Amino acid sequence: MRQWVGDVEEALRRRPFLHLGVHRLIGGVLTLFFVSILVFGATALLPGNAARSILGPHASHLQIVALDRQLHLSGTLFSEYGSWLAGMLSGHLGTSLATGLPVGSVIRPELLNSATLVVISAVVSLTLSIGFGLLAAVKRDKTVDHASSLVALLLTAVPDFVLATVVIIIFATLVFHLLPGVSTLTPGEYAWNDPRALVLPSLSLVLVTAPYPFRMTRATLIEALESDYVEMARLKNVPEWRVVLQHALPNALAPVAQVGGLVIIYLAGGIVVIESVFTFPGIGQGLVNAVQRHDEPIVQATVLLLAAVYVIVNIGADVIALALSPERRVAG
Amino acid sequence: MTPTVEIDGLRVIVAGTANRVLDDVSLSLAEGEILGIVGESGSGKTTLSLSSLGHVRPGLQIVAGRVSVGGRSLLGRPARELRRERSGLVAYVPQDPSSALNPSRRLGSQLREALSYGGRSDEAVETRIGQVLAQASLDSSTEFLKRYPHQLSGGQRQRLMIAMAFLVQPALIVMDEPTTGLDVSTQRHVLESVRTLAKSYHTSVIYVSHDISTVGVLADRVAVMYGGQVLEVGITAELFGSPLHPYTRALLRAVPSPETASTFLDIPGTIRRPTDARTGCVFAPRCAFAESRCATMTPEPVLRGNRQVRCLLVDELTPADDSDRGAVPSPAVRSEGTPVLTICDLRAAYGNKEVLHGVDLFLEPGSCLALVGESGSGKSTLARCIVGLHKNWSGGVRLSGKALAQQARHRSLAELQAVHYVFQNPYMSLHPRKTVGDTLDLTLRRFGVSGRADRSRRIESILEEVALPRGLSRSFPDRLSGGEKQRVAIARALLAEPDVLVCDEVTSSLDVSVQATIVNLLIRLQRERALSLLFITHNLALVRSISQEVAILSDGRIVEWGATDEVLSRPKSEYAAALLRDIPRLVPTDQIAEVSI
Amino acid sequence: MSTSVAAMPTPSVELVEDTDAPWRRSWWANLLAAAKVPRGAAGIVLAAIPFATAFIGPLFLPHSPTAFVTIPFSHPNGSALLGGDQLGRDVLSRLLDGGRALLIMTILSTCLAVGAGTIAGMSAAYLGTWWDDAIMRSVDVLLSFPQLILALLFISVVGPKAWLIVVAVGLSQTPGVTRVMRGATLRIADREFVKAAELQGTSHWKILWHEIRPSVTSPLMVEAGLRFTFSMMAIAALGYLGLGQPPPTPNWGYMISENSIGIQQNPWAVVAPLVLIAALTVGINLYTDAFARVSMGINRRLREPSLIPLLDGRPVK
Repeated sequence: MRQWVGDVEEALRRRPFLHLGVHRLIGGVLTLFFVSILVFGATALLPGNAARSILGPHASHLQIVALDRQLHLSGTLFSEYGSWLAGMLSGHLGTSLATGLPVGSVIRPELLNSATLVVISAVVSLTLSIGFGLLAAVKRDKTVDHASSLVALLLTAVPDFVLATVVIIIFATLVFHLLPGVSTLTPGEYAWNDPRALVLPSLSLVLVTAPYPFRMTRATLIEALESDYVEMARLKNVPEWRVVLQHALPNALAPVAQVGGLVIIYLAGGIVVIESVFTFPGIGQGLVNAVQRHDEPIVQATVLLLAAVYVIVNIGADVIALALSPERRVAG
Repeated sequence: MTPTVEIDGLRVIVAGTANRVLDDVSLSLAEGEILGIVGESGSGKTTLSLSSLGHVRPGLQIVAGRVSVGGRSLLGRPARELRRERSGLVAYVPQDPSSALNPSRRLGSQLREALSYGGRSDEAVETRIGQVLAQASLDSSTEFLKRYPHQLSGGQRQRLMIAMAFLVQPALIVMDEPTTGLDVSTQRHVLESVRTLAKSYHTSVIYVSHDISTVGVLADRVAVMYGGQVLEVGITAELFGSPLHPYTRALLRAVPSPETASTFLDIPGTIRRPTDARTGCVFAPRCAFAESRCATMTPEPVLRGNRQVRCLLVDELTPADDSDRGAVPSPAVRSEGTPVLTICDLRAAYGNKEVLHGVDLFLEPGSCLALVGESGSGKSTLARCIVGLHKNWSGGVRLSGKALAQQARHRSLAELQAVHYVFQNPYMSLHPRKTVGDTLDLTLRRFGVSGRADRSRRIESILEEVALPRGLSRSFPDRLSGGEKQRVAIARALLAEPDVLVCDEVTSSLDVSVQATIVNLLIRLQRERALSLLFITHNLALVRSISQEVAILSDGRIVEWGATDEVLSRPKSEYAAALLRDIPRLVPTDQIAEVSI
Repeated sequence: MSTSVAAMPTPSVELVEDTDAPWRRSWWANLLAAAKVPRGAAGIVLAAIPFATAFIGPLFLPHSPTAFVTIPFSHPNGSALLGGDQLGRDVLSRLLDGGRALLIMTILSTCLAVGAGTIAGMSAAYLGTWWDDAIMRSVDVLLSFPQLILALLFISVVGPKAWLIVVAVGLSQTPGVTRVMRGATLRIADREFVKAAELQGTSHWKILWHEIRPSVTSPLMVEAGLRFTFSMMAIAALGYLGLGQPPPTPNWGYMISENSIGIQQNPWAVVAPLVLIAALTVGINLYTDAFARVSMGINRRLREPSLIPLLDGRPVK
């Protein structure tokens, strides 16, 4: 057995891409496994019988028992966890306690809406932040650099719901009246029915997430520009624009790929609050509503989903970073 | 004939201060001449090498002087113009090739880029690249050119940098310590490549180094720098044979030689910093021959035949002769009997990889055993196993016959006391937040010396023994120079009154003159305290002057072990012979009788 | 796992240690020095206002925070200096009363995160092997929960209890501290002077306390500042979502959301708590940034804080 593992390792070592992919995949699965334990455990082990909290203090014993069974809380811990996990993996995400509808059908439109929001925000955010990061690094210590760095610092220091509210104040209510402050979409409706509802939430998300890749790009590009090999290129008489684009940039990109992943993660978390601010019918708001109603199945499914997104994005970012860095791609 | 390179009256300061990094430096090179610039830390040699390109590190400023290469002046020009003037004229090879090669670009494209601004056809470019790579003993196949820098060894990277410099056939190439960190045989190849290329293209070369023997192998002329000034310039053989400046003399005598055992001459005081006061001769405070006028009058460079010297007393000093070098004092009396340290079949590994494959050694009480190996041979690992810092080893380490536990924390206080270790890196071996006195005091307390008065007394006496001023005990380590820190580390080790002292490359990061001081100190301490010393180094030349026995380690195995005299004059193993052959010497090898196996 | 996104340093301040003077200044001297830098001074001033409001405010309430004193969303008038909120309660009184809980919970969860994270991180670095793997795996698991999700999960089961929020938020901040402390400890544990102490037979605990601790205090304090900011943001956000203390207790976060409807009539009901929260987070962040720059020196090449140890001005791996 050990020998076999050793052989596999040896074969993988010669193909760094595959090696990394397999390692990460195994790690990711393991992490998700522990996450599922934590999610289930929270429901099962936290004080305050979940069923009782959901049904309220006047529930009858029968009702509690029935709900317990539905929430997989009646049998032994392991067996209930097993059946719950099996259900999750086979697509039976449970039934919403509030509406009685299957969780999957409740989540799907929300998921699509949120995905639209995330994709739009990610694209805009990364474009702006990397662009500004480049500019700030090249025009180091000049006004544009100081100004954008200060703005970035302020943006990271302010909570996202504050940022979103400020956006509302400026664009929807007090200063201008351009766009709706609250979306008029009903839960279950698809976002592209009213594209205007996407604008302000995206803007808020962009403001929330853009500072991080900006700082990262700026820092790594500055480090590349001050490196010895760039100095060598300058000494070799290479024109400055070529130095920046062909010599410095490729070395600055690998960490940025990872930050890109981080941005998507932040977005996945940020939508919870931002969607609630704008009552945007996405998965974030769905989660908040479910929490308020103690709708466990929806909460569990959503949390697992978001964790899975995290793991997948993680792996993806690592693979991209590997592709961009010859040192690790080609064995030395 | 006009010299290709002319540097005249160059002065560089730290911007915003009066501290001079380079002071009134004037040099010239003829076409195809190789000039070696030798200096210790703080001498300004790196700044000089960059200034020859018209370039300075950020924070420095050129305030006076002229630099012209091939008739074109390089100073006082805006950046873009300078780049145009300089292209094809001057090339630079930095000390660290790994950081100078772009890790994300293939070798081929980096090489071609060096040529792409000279208006050559693609074919001509490829031919040229092939030509130069061959001369640098590198592969020129398409496969090789497709590689990335991290796929080359250290020596190959350095030769690539050199090849890249010669590609454009510049008038001048400036090299800054290109062989630091390479092992001796690789170093030899690199130096040979440089010489071949320089001579065949008639390129002038400025070669900067702290290692005077390396410079001696390569250079036609040598300039010796100290404190930002050039103190002496002359033809290599002449300068080494009869140095005129007191600093040059002292420096040459501080260089270890594998052929003759001799005490080094240590230069008292510490190396000059740019912030030190600036009247009179820069070397006067440390000069053995200094007179009162040396402290007030700044010597100007004077010509004596082919030599240029900056010394007020140049005509009054008698030529140096070797008769007062003295022979090495005989080692401490050896007592026969059990070796104080025995190592049996020591095997050590890092993770899954075994790096020591069964090492057997022993150290006689009162004597010094030198352990020599190149980087990667496992010598540091061996040292760490002996003292108990490494976790993954098996075999026996016995102190006067008694077996020692594998790890330091499992050893008794008495055992810890008996074997002490001095680290290679002086900068990090002392706690940065404690004063020297506190660090020493802690050691004494640890080893059971109670009573504050008693400890103070011992601290004072140990500082005196390692030739450090008493007031130093109140200083923090960051105020000390490398040599001073190392002496404190030695003092700390000695406070416990050990039987065995393990010195792990303790002089490798120090300047030559400082190295001489430390080695002298160790020799003296060994004699006075009848210490047993395990002296680990990569520099075989050092060994003759300090140890009675030498063991050579290669790839985790002992390939030779015997009395120093024997091993150095009549080595039995091929590895040892090759090592001896490749060591750069002040006197070229063809003048020494061939060493036979 | 060190190259995964999980290992990215919390993108806030890039930090460096220098080998000169900042080594030797004690941490409180650094605190004072940070306060003198413009950034730090601005931060303290900004943060002081909400702090004062939250802790001293309750002593000066013009009305009871739950009493109805005016028309809903009325403009600032005689009885309500900042106007009325959505139910006609005095905005000013609610403002003065609504910050205390937020700050106390934030402080508690920061302490939890810093305490747990330090123990986990330092022990992981120092003891190594399986314990290190276990800790890092736990860190990965906790990090898989974006921001508030963990808290939301817990609240969905138990309800929005204060202690639960403190624990959940603290727990979600712990991985950051763990990583930083582990990194800082690893860097120091490898240094020769620590090995020298080992060679003198010094016990694990003494080494951790004497050799390692002084060098990790600075990164720790910077982390503490950052965690405070993030915790505050999380707890305020939970308040905003209505998952803080149950009404009618005033709560800055919830005030913003419940009064957003009437923002055109009485903006103060939204703007006042908004400004206070923003001032607090921005202020603490600015000061932490100043502290980082002051205590950890500036990388000579980048002229900015970064995380590379320097030896003679050249980076040492």
